[in-house]
Amino acid sequence: MKISTKWMHDFVQLEDMSPRAFSEALTMSGSKVEGYEQEGSEIENVVVGQVLSISPHPNADKLVVCSVDVGQDSPIAIVTGATNLTEGDYVPVALHGSKLPGGVNIKKGKLRGVESQGMMCGIEELGLTTNDFPGVIADGIFILTDECDHTLGMDIKKAIGLDDMVFDFEITSNRPDCLSIIGLAREAAVTFHKPFALPKPEVKGGHGDAAELLNVKISAPDLCYRYAARVVKNVRVAPSPRWMRERLRACGVRPINNIVDITNYVMLEYGQPMHAFDYNLMAGHNIDARRAVDGETITTLDGVERTLTSDMLVIADDQKPMAVAGVMGGEFSSIFDNTTTIVFESACFSGPSVRVTAKKLGMRTESSGRFEKGLDPENCIPALERACQLVELLDAGDVCDGIVEVDCSDKTPRSIPLDAEWINRFLGIQIPEQDMIDILKSLEFKVENGQVIAPSFRSDIECKADIAEEIARFYGYNKIPSTTIRGSAQGGYTLEQQFKRSVNTAMLALGYSEVSTYSFISPKEYDRIRMPADSDLRRSVVIANPLGEDTSIMRTTALPSMCQVLGNNFADRNLSAAVYELATEYIPQEGQALPLEKKCVILGQYGPEVDFYSIKGAVEGLLESLRVTEYDVTAAKDEPAFHPGRCAKLTIGDKQLGIVGELHPLVQEAYGIGSRAYVAMLDFSLMYENHVADIQYKPLPRFPAVTRDLALVCDDNIPVLTLQNTIRKAAGQRLEKLELFDVYKGKQIPEGKKSVAFSLLLRSHDSTLTDAECDSMIQKAIKALHEIGAELRS
Amino acid sequence: MREKLESIREIAKSRLQEVKDRKALDGLRVYFLGKKGELTSILKQMGKLSPEERPIIGQLANEVRSEIESFIEKRGQQLKEEEQNARLAAECIDVTMPGKHNALGHKHPLSVVLEEMEEIFIGMGFDIAEGPEVELDYYNFEALNIPKNHPARDTQDTFYIDDNIVLRTQTSPVQIRTMEKRKPPIRIIAPGRVYRSDAVDATHSPLFHQIEGLVVDKGITMADLKGTLEVFVRRLYGEDAQVRFRPHHFPFTEPSAEVDIQCFACHGEGCRLCKGEGWIEILGCGMVHPKVLSICDIDPEEYSGFAFGIGLERVVMRRFNINDLRLFYDNDLRFLSQF
Repeated sequence: MKISTKWMHDFVQLEDMSPRAFSEALTMSGSKVEGYEQEGSEIENVVVGQVLSISPHPNADKLVVCSVDVGQDSPIAIVTGATNLTEGDYVPVALHGSKLPGGVNIKKGKLRGVESQGMMCGIEELGLTTNDFPGVIADGIFILTDECDHTLGMDIKKAIGLDDMVFDFEITSNRPDCLSIIGLAREAAVTFHKPFALPKPEVKGGHGDAAELLNVKISAPDLCYRYAARVVKNVRVAPSPRWMRERLRACGVRPINNIVDITNYVMLEYGQPMHAFDYNLMAGHNIDARRAVDGETITTLDGVERTLTSDMLVIADDQKPMAVAGVMGGEFSSIFDNTTTIVFESACFSGPSVRVTAKKLGMRTESSGRFEKGLDPENCIPALERACQLVELLDAGDVCDGIVEVDCSDKTPRSIPLDAEWINRFLGIQIPEQDMIDILKSLEFKVENGQVIAPSFRSDIECKADIAEEIARFYGYNKIPSTTIRGSAQGGYTLEQQFKRSVNTAMLALGYSEVSTYSFISPKEYDRIRMPADSDLRRSVVIANPLGEDTSIMRTTALPSMCQVLGNNFADRNLSAAVYELATEYIPQEGQALPLEKKCVILGQYGPEVDFYSIKGAVEGLLESLRVTEYDVTAAKDEPAFHPGRCAKLTIGDKQLGIVGELHPLVQEAYGIGSRAYVAMLDFSLMYENHVADIQYKPLPRFPAVTRDLALVCDDNIPVLTLQNTIRKAAGQRLEKLELFDVYKGKQIPEGKKSVAFSLLLRSHDSTLTDAECDSMIQKAIKALHEIGAELRS
Repeated sequence: MREKLESIREIAKSRLQEVKDRKALDGLRVYFLGKKGELTSILKQMGKLSPEERPIIGQLANEVRSEIESFIEKRGQQLKEEEQNARLAAECIDVTMPGKHNALGHKHPLSVVLEEMEEIFIGMGFDIAEGPEVELDYYNFEALNIPKNHPARDTQDTFYIDDNIVLRTQTSPVQIRTMEKRKPPIRIIAPGRVYRSDAVDATHSPLFHQIEGLVVDKGITMADLKGTLEVFVRRLYGEDAQVRFRPHHFPFTEPSAEVDIQCFACHGEGCRLCKGEGWIEILGCGMVHPKVLSICDIDPEEYSGFAFGIGLERVVMRRFNINDLRLFYDNDLRFLSQF
């Protein structure tokens, strides 16, 4: 909300202060100033001049040389190509060394051999438009109209009224009353402890009785709380006076003509949107605020035909809707230059209704934006009177006597007990009750018999806490002391949150960097990771109004996000990458409104010297550090996203703990990863549920260990894990450690076979193992291995 | 014999002086002192001496022996030292060459700062609460005193799943879920992802992070709110950070405030960074609205509380001087490895 300082001064007289000081003070009392601007601040050294004579340029047909009186000892010479000048015209003159908007600097110089000591300006060169000065042409010199000050040498900004200070406020949705000059002037008055004066608009009238011309009815009192109208005859559409245009311009509204300008002026001043109908274009002279009939249409002012529904409120004549209430008027009944009689509407509509209607029709307007916040029904009449007062002031028409009105609004005053003790306690301050009463009264609250009665324009006031806020913001938020919360509390991470931190710590130590990816993806991502068409995971939570297709569903798997990270890094020419994310997956649940938000630890890696065992090693390292020890590993040949020969599944019982593998070449290709890449995914909850939380110390061994090596030859397709499990089972508990140290295929080993070598650490906890005991354990292992087809290598 | 002993002493001294390594030194020890050594062989002839001479020569022989022994000892030390020095000199390496280490992972910058914040609040007795990101409209709006068709919904462009389910636009629904689950005293923060339908640019992202805070107990005051957040801001930004509480409006708090921190760049003078205001907004807060307490079955006459919400990305951007929010979600290792 932009406000003009000149306009605000109609209601409150403030001492001179810097705009910064004004902004600070208003901001701290609750009306945040977003910025301020001195009008015309880009214009310097431009003055009022008068063209004394115009003579031809000696060297150019299209130029003339003007002698211009700029209030100095002698006139100055200015060369111009403009053709709209006549001798005696008053014009803006940019003198030597002057500045114009857009960083333009004017200096004297020779034009075709004749010295020009400045420049006469067009209206747009001063940053204005022809709307600001009706009748002035855009492509020529701005000939100052009679509305401008003609004092020679006067600063042009002052002469044409381009010298207002404009403040831009951010108004929160609970304070529609502050979307007005009056509302903000009131706040300013209380902030600076100055009197606030709101004159009651007086209308002379005397041109017949409006009630004889017009009837008003509210058929939908749940959507229209109050409807008031006045009639103006013999309308004289013309430009509005300079002071009105100036104020509108300062507030960012383009001046059009006196009637339109009055409605805008009143809206800005009172915060009450107004509408004007052409009386003669109404069918019959009965206004009804009613619900639209389903399918009823109206062509709005913007020329678009709108189809209405029965939850929308319209302002209708006997036959058809003339306006979508509070949103936009209809085209046919709007004001034209030949309008002679108008009806001014000042009404109060239901906020939610206007909001829904505007949204459905896709037309948020200045008016709907105000109505939807809930306006004050008591503001209708003063605003209407003000409009008619302005009509008389501007001589824009003849106002008929009387207001035609229906008022269904709730007049029950909102009364809240004044509980000073509670307010002090709640805010943590100590101020006397009288000070509170003073603040409230200055804000036009009534305080009677221990009750606070909020003014009608403060619909945001509903409870004690609201009163406390009024006290707090004018007492000063920054005067409230700072205290610590009484009582002690023990804060901390839950076990699961600690576990999460352990995951992060381990992953960082393993050399993986943390990434953060979007939770939403494109449904096409499922194709890119080769997810089967019938997979349950293709059923995702779908966003009804996504920004785009690529962020339209909530992922059921973090795999595509990880592939994107790897692909992007590859494209960014990062030679290697090792990254992880503690990512959330969103799994729709049958019979549940909300999906399961499942946490997964996902690792991704590529780079020179990286292979399957690199990422598997990281997974093993992570699980070891988290103390997840009991899990099985099996080859997974049918995971579509992975290389069929290089993928393992990790399981705990019948639950899948995770998967680790090399990405399928087609997946790598789909994500533009130009090298082999590896991904592992682990179920966070399953890890958490299966980790050993309780550490128990085992005594250190007292007897020496014996090391034996076993070199085996077996079919290539027997997994090492099978050999290991066989050895473990056969050797028993005294096999303390079993380490793979070599796998060999090639010379000396028959085709289709491999040589596998293990190192065994044997130890007993109650005696030193004898050679015989060790031999027996080894023999058992060899025998068991033989049974699965693995022989001792000779 | 006396002469012989004297001569052995001299020969030993000179030979020992000349010896160049410890192996040769050991040879000399055997040569002079060993069972078949020079000195031993002389001592074997002691029997031939007169009883008067015997103790004198014996003493001399012992003197010579211990002298040679100490000489060998000393020379041995010398040689050891020389050998060590020579080895050390030969082992000289270029210590400026890079060290060997396993690659370290890097924390995401958002995590770096989030963990710091969590620790600050844990130190003040807060727990960490969590809630779903796909959330019921009820928790995200209705229970927070934002009914359907309330204009405040406009300020948060919402992703809808259907009429009743949204991607949470704020972490505030965790307030409601927490108050439904447990009764006061409550002190929690709830960090997490939130979603708004803002197109991606340098300062907007459809997904970002907030940290919600909620304190509810008997006798909680607005002064407590100020005190708690001031401690937080000072721990995060340094003891000399200047903060101000500026009136604002949120539907679920009353009174409400935004907290500004004095601009680091201009110290309140007004500059480009703070758009001339001298202050930079860092969080929103307020006293929990009595309606919200009532909705959660907490009697506003008995209890009061405060709540706050902090946007994580903006804090992190300012901390590390990051000028483009997109970097957080591009996950380029050249960016990530800087943290």
